[in-house]
Amino acid sequence: MEWETVIGLEVHVQLSTNTKIFSGASTRFGAAPNTQACGIDLGMPGTLPVFNENALRKAVSFGLAIDAEIGRHSAFDRKNYFYPDLPKGYQITQMDHPIVGKGQVEIMMDDGTTKTVGVTRAHLEEDAGKSLHEDFHGMTGIDLNRAGTPLLEIVSEPDIRSAKEAVAYLKKIHSIVTYIGVSDGNMAEGSMRCDANVSVRPKGQQEYGMRCEIKNVNSFRFVEKAINHEVERQIALIEDGGTVVQETRLYDSELDETRSMRSKEVANDYRYFPEPDLLPVEIDESYIEQVRSELPELPDAKRERFHSEYGLSEYDAAVLSSSQDMAHFFEVVARQTGEPKLSANWVMVELAAVLNKTNTPITESPVSATNLAQLIERITDNTISSKMAKTVFEAMVEGQGDPDSIIEAKGLKQVSDTGAIEAMIDDIIASNPDQVEQYRGGKDKLFGFFVGQVMKASKGQANPGVVNDMLKKKL
Amino acid sequence: MSTDTLMNNSTLKQLSEGLARGEYSSVELTEAYLKRIDSTDGDLNAFITVTADQARTQAAAADERRASGQAGPLTGVPIAHKDIFCTQGVRTSCGSKILDNFTAPYESTVTHKLQDAGMVMLGKTNLDEFAMGSSTESSFYGPTRNPWNTEVIPGGSSGGSAAAVASGQAPVATGTDTGGSIRQPAALCNLTGLKPTYGRVSRWGMIAYGSSLDQGGPIARTAEDAALLLNSMAGFDHKDSTSKDIAVPDYTADLDKPLDGLRIGLPKEYFGEGLNSDIAARVQAGVQELEKLGATVKEISLPRTRLSIPAYYIIAPAEASTNLSRFDGVRFGYRCENPTDLLDMYTRTRAEGFGEEVKRRIMVGTYALSAGYYDAYYNKAQQLRRLIKDDFQNAFAEVDVIAGPTTPSPAWKLGAKSNDPVAMYLEDIYTLSVNLAGLPGMSVPCGQVDGLPVGLQLIGNYFAEAQLLNVAHQYQQVTDWHQQTPAFG
Repeated sequence: MEWETVIGLEVHVQLSTNTKIFSGASTRFGAAPNTQACGIDLGMPGTLPVFNENALRKAVSFGLAIDAEIGRHSAFDRKNYFYPDLPKGYQITQMDHPIVGKGQVEIMMDDGTTKTVGVTRAHLEEDAGKSLHEDFHGMTGIDLNRAGTPLLEIVSEPDIRSAKEAVAYLKKIHSIVTYIGVSDGNMAEGSMRCDANVSVRPKGQQEYGMRCEIKNVNSFRFVEKAINHEVERQIALIEDGGTVVQETRLYDSELDETRSMRSKEVANDYRYFPEPDLLPVEIDESYIEQVRSELPELPDAKRERFHSEYGLSEYDAAVLSSSQDMAHFFEVVARQTGEPKLSANWVMVELAAVLNKTNTPITESPVSATNLAQLIERITDNTISSKMAKTVFEAMVEGQGDPDSIIEAKGLKQVSDTGAIEAMIDDIIASNPDQVEQYRGGKDKLFGFFVGQVMKASKGQANPGVVNDMLKKKL
Repeated sequence: MSTDTLMNNSTLKQLSEGLARGEYSSVELTEAYLKRIDSTDGDLNAFITVTADQARTQAAAADERRASGQAGPLTGVPIAHKDIFCTQGVRTSCGSKILDNFTAPYESTVTHKLQDAGMVMLGKTNLDEFAMGSSTESSFYGPTRNPWNTEVIPGGSSGGSAAAVASGQAPVATGTDTGGSIRQPAALCNLTGLKPTYGRVSRWGMIAYGSSLDQGGPIARTAEDAALLLNSMAGFDHKDSTSKDIAVPDYTADLDKPLDGLRIGLPKEYFGEGLNSDIAARVQAGVQELEKLGATVKEISLPRTRLSIPAYYIIAPAEASTNLSRFDGVRFGYRCENPTDLLDMYTRTRAEGFGEEVKRRIMVGTYALSAGYYDAYYNKAQQLRRLIKDDFQNAFAEVDVIAGPTTPSPAWKLGAKSNDPVAMYLEDIYTLSVNLAGLPGMSVPCGQVDGLPVGLQLIGNYFAEAQLLNVAHQYQQVTDWHQQTPAFG
């Protein structure tokens, strides 16, 4: 039987506010345990939450970026459950009146096809602390630095049909939140975390199959693996005559498998009810317009512009616009060189390879945008050949300086001086009379031989265009 | 006049004037009150914690402040705080074993403001555990007794504050009122108590019971004293999002306004079945005094009064059940001994740390919020709450102030209702709806029944505290019930 996968994602994005969503404590990552938790974060008796307006602004900003309805009257609720890293015994979240309503994002697959994924809602809530199970002699340590960090939980429609689409969706969300500056998007530090609801159904069937929720898959790679694994598990189960049970599963990246955490039958009753310590959040049109006016150019608009303004392919435009930093880098290079396609190639191929290999963000690229542009200019002004340029680029990566000084130091300058090249050609024609005769007799293939000889004589520095023209004339 | 004889019936106003005239220092005054506490609290149990050393230090500072010409009307006057307000460096127990070892590293806004005004904290007063009760019997620290008759309860939950003021242990005190916890003990101890409009006084640092109902306020001998205290307690606080950013008037400014033309409404539902007939007579007599002062009186109807009991006993426990989730033994407060695992720690900490009434309300509230019951209970209660608000707004279209009894009966014997929670809940019938509507309400002494004080309740529209205080003050100019003191001690 042919199966169809149905996926919905819940993405938790930590908003990059300086202070927590309901207190003045710092949200900085990596501080010593419990040094960034004030009385409010600790759930001390008598303390009260005060909503951080900056978190609201960032949530609205995201809503506008995905063309969503913005909740004019949003409200907070308490989600009640006991856990040691949840200090108050409830999480302040938004249940019935989220700040962001229905919206959508467009994703692009590797083959350039696009698809729209619906966003059901996005709501504000506070993060919990962390339970640390190691190094406490069988006890559990609690670090509440993270408690109260603002989260935007973005819930997608079940529009996603494969693990690859799920990754593309996640990357798009990542791209949007980092573009508009609402999150640093640092997945290694937990700034973006994902739960995946996965089900399968026979192709053509309308009803959804029973779904499982995979918790906390925190890298693009793991999302893909976890979903693929879960899909295989569900199909195998059904094909063996079993049924999928609705449950929460945890992905184990070391074993590459998901395993059951808890079934929904014994799931918590969270006893949601309106948070009486906070007033409903009322926002008006002027607030929304003000946030809208502060939005930067968004990934889709940038991609479109790269395509139309620079003549890049849709795919190249999408890759280069996926991160604001890469887009910016590309634009600096393209503007300086006036050669957008060549610039796109260098950024996406040569530079990307170096950055990927060393896992370096483009903001810390060993080759600056202006230096890369200079290198490209040396190709287009025929100072060096494309092949030479790669050698120069490697030297740039190694920190040997800017392109001009490297070309100078290594003596890589292309020889376009026709006098010098003419002398070399004359020499070669004179010392290879047999080949000259055969060529003139119709053996065209030998032309390459002569080019090779000239390049060899010039130690690769002769301008191939000049060599070609002149050889043709002389032969 | 010696400070000893002064104390038993001195008002804050008189003490303030005495200090200003230099008749005594704050240090002398404070010593006198500490001595009174020392000699009487064995019988009353009004205080959980007496902060004698700190009080002496604050009194000395107040005297210095006065010497440098910086004294305000409250500077140097002693006060007792309900042990629900967090006080930096002084234990805040909320009357519970679970917080017996808890000392907050922060100060509540109310106590902070009063401290800033130069008041001297004598200590922290007893209360029903987590303010859940009408008798101050459910405290982990034992019951407080009524100075008018130590066999009866002082009311609650601010019973410790009321007993302290009534017995002359403190000239004034703070209280909190979620369903009547300022007004009812004020009534039962012959005091003037004011529950302000919800949002008038900051809840920061006030341990939450029912967050949408809780409000701090003054317990005093006179309306004038309550006005003086409220002047310093009230105001917007950026740390409490539910406090209202509305300017605080001088609550003493309108006290002397004549009551000519004041329209008073008497809700017929407040004078029906269940009301002690002697109380009804005392309240009616009180209303007649107001008529003599120029007020007009008409009967009104608050038809949903009876429904305030079920509405309140869903909403308050629902909020309490989650407010009290933080007491889990993890970060502060009581933790059971030798927990075997997390669940054992949670269950034994809370089973051992909370008293019966608190557990009852946590269970009721948890049930009311449970999946499948939420609509039938919590949502219904919220609908009732809106209807109750509407009742009041309809009434305030016709009248300026609503008057009636504070309680259906005078103080009862200790233990008399301890095993019958519903009978206890019914005692709150006239006070609960004011909290549900978020309105300001007062209780002023209006006589005695069988030697026990009873109260006249005055209910105003939103932020009409000045008007209520004006009516109460005028009433106290022509009556002397509030000047009567118990024979105690």
